[in-house]
Amino acid sequence: MAIFLTGQSKVIVQGITGAEGTKHTRRMVASGTQVVGGVNPRKAGETVDGIPVFATVAQAMTATGADVSVVFVPPAFAKAAVVEAIDAQMPLVVVITEGIPVQDSAWFWQYSQGTKTRIIGPNCPGLISPGASNAGIILASIAPIPGKIGLVSKSGTLTYQMMYELREYGFTTAVGIGGDPVIGTTHIDCLEAFEADPETVAIVMIGEIGGDAEERAADYITAHVTKPVVGYVAGFTAPEGKTMGHAGAIVSGSSGTAQAKQEALEAAGVKVGKTPSATAELMREVMRSL
Amino acid sequence: MGQVTPWKRAGAVREGAVVRWLRSRKRPEADRTPVDLMEYQAKELFAKHGVPVFDGETVDNAADARAAAERIGKPVMVKAQVKAGGRGKAGGVKYCPTADEAEARAADILQLTIKDLPVRKVLVTEASDIDKEYYVSFLLDRANRTYLAMASVEGGMEIEELAVERPEALAKVPVDAIVGCDAAKAAEIADAAGFPADVRDQVIDVLQKLWVVFVEEECTLVEVNPLVRTPEGQVLALDGKVTLDGNAEFRHADVFTAYADVVAEDDLEGRAKAKNLNYVKLDGQVGIIGNGAGLVMSTLDVVAYAGEAYSLGGGRTVKPANFLDIGGGASAQVMADGLEIILSDPDVRSVFVNVFGGITSCDAVADGIVQALAMLGDSASKPLVVRLDGNNVEEGRRILAAAAHPLVTVVDTMDGAADKAAELAGAST
Repeated sequence: MAIFLTGQSKVIVQGITGAEGTKHTRRMVASGTQVVGGVNPRKAGETVDGIPVFATVAQAMTATGADVSVVFVPPAFAKAAVVEAIDAQMPLVVVITEGIPVQDSAWFWQYSQGTKTRIIGPNCPGLISPGASNAGIILASIAPIPGKIGLVSKSGTLTYQMMYELREYGFTTAVGIGGDPVIGTTHIDCLEAFEADPETVAIVMIGEIGGDAEERAADYITAHVTKPVVGYVAGFTAPEGKTMGHAGAIVSGSSGTAQAKQEALEAAGVKVGKTPSATAELMREVMRSL
Repeated sequence: MGQVTPWKRAGAVREGAVVRWLRSRKRPEADRTPVDLMEYQAKELFAKHGVPVFDGETVDNAADARAAAERIGKPVMVKAQVKAGGRGKAGGVKYCPTADEAEARAADILQLTIKDLPVRKVLVTEASDIDKEYYVSFLLDRANRTYLAMASVEGGMEIEELAVERPEALAKVPVDAIVGCDAAKAAEIADAAGFPADVRDQVIDVLQKLWVVFVEEECTLVEVNPLVRTPEGQVLALDGKVTLDGNAEFRHADVFTAYADVVAEDDLEGRAKAKNLNYVKLDGQVGIIGNGAGLVMSTLDVVAYAGEAYSLGGGRTVKPANFLDIGGGASAQVMADGLEIILSDPDVRSVFVNVFGGITSCDAVADGIVQALAMLGDSASKPLVVRLDGNNVEEGRRILAAAAHPLVTVVDTMDGAADKAAELAGAST
């Protein structure tokens, strides 16, 4: 098993005919993903490497039974693409696109509430259940072996780094949730899913400065997570964030510093590593003790 | 991209076709950090959408300040336009009863530097009597993935202080991203904050117009502090703060162009910005280049920890010199641009290039390093520690090994490379 994405998942790519869409579709297929279709209203009827292109998400779903959409549409059109997927009742929409205006993200997240759709991202590397399926841009060869660790991370390259460090153990699923101010799936959503997933025995959680997502996750872990969690927070020595407006800090009620996040996580029983390598070592200790 | 210039000739090498091709490529991701506006810019956006503001003019010299004061025909405030708080305490805000006074004070203020920011413009604005100061704002509430209105009848003081000292005096009302702030929501906000009946209707009107500013201009923050009531009972915005969403620049090219920062060319951050690099100058000695904000922040931490073992004398230890994220899909040209900036930083004693190849392939990064050093020639005089992992790492390491540049050391692990870079920075004292 895995979370959100399994070997049975049927994936379509919105923006399959663009350079990035085509490149990563090939990579997804090469790493075993069932990519069953693509969407581009102006190129319906064409194919990309034999994969049919449909005019709309709804048509693609009807024809293929797709239950995951990966969005590579440019920022200016991303909101419309995500709304289209939500309207088509797509169960999982993975938004890779970087640079989407935050009011568009806030709008489509609000629009998804009360619908069947889970959004991951935007501005994320997607998610991979090694050996089963890969929805996004994570390089499958970093950690190709399926395993028992669940990983959730805001940062793309730290996702890669941690997968690489722990590749001998392997992962059920690694989820890059993205670092934008408004994201569809949070640390907490992933913790909940990993806790419920019988195959996952331990969880790595990677955060970074800003916001209070890690503090909220710590509260959630205290109340709901029984599996061991190892954490890493980037940005201990970063200067005060320029993008962290004062009013934003008031809203979150947290300083947003790495120190505050580490303390909150440790209070929840999470072992927090000082560096990515130290964090991986903590996880190896956990895995050896299980 | 296969051809590599021999290092022996690096100092004398001319730009090859590869380098010219690299130079011609622009980094695809633009600089998309949020953009804080100055007071006068915020007020221009307020006025554009009907939020009442005092009459005023922004000028860059004392003579024009006099002319503005004469036109306004009343006592004026002359206010330094810099993106920093505490302007008043720094002597950047002066009351001027006459046009003579406005000219003199403007001349003084235009000489000031407030929190390292030179004052280039002053706002000359009507100095009205004020009966009461309020606070209103709309902002992105990232934790709840929606918007928040905040309002208080106790404005004027720093809102952070108010939130700590008198949290009950600051009303916070969620605003739905799709429904927005209509008249009913504006009334809810005004009543939650307890605005009195004599200004309630005006405040409701201001809130709705401010919401239009927030949405139409795609802001992550619009703040009026203070919103004031004059003795005549009129409600106006006396000071304003606006943060624009950098991601929305493509829909607001006019505003972004008009309010673009004028950056000094010789400044490292200015030069980095001109090249669309996500660079922040810090006060250490190890230059940092990495891909992905999370990995770069992590790199700063790892270097700072490693640096604790290397003294610079006087109790100081080795620290990172900058933050530079060349992006998840960094090209070789971006690497070259980044190295050029970092190597020209006089505080830098060693450089740590830390790349995990996901989309970026390590051979492209290695080529970028090799090409950059060729371009820089003899001006590249500081040791580089390179750690590559991930996509096509063997080829990347092979390229660096084949180039065998005397300044480049390849270390396989992030922690080991950080230690080496810190050692080199400490040793070169």
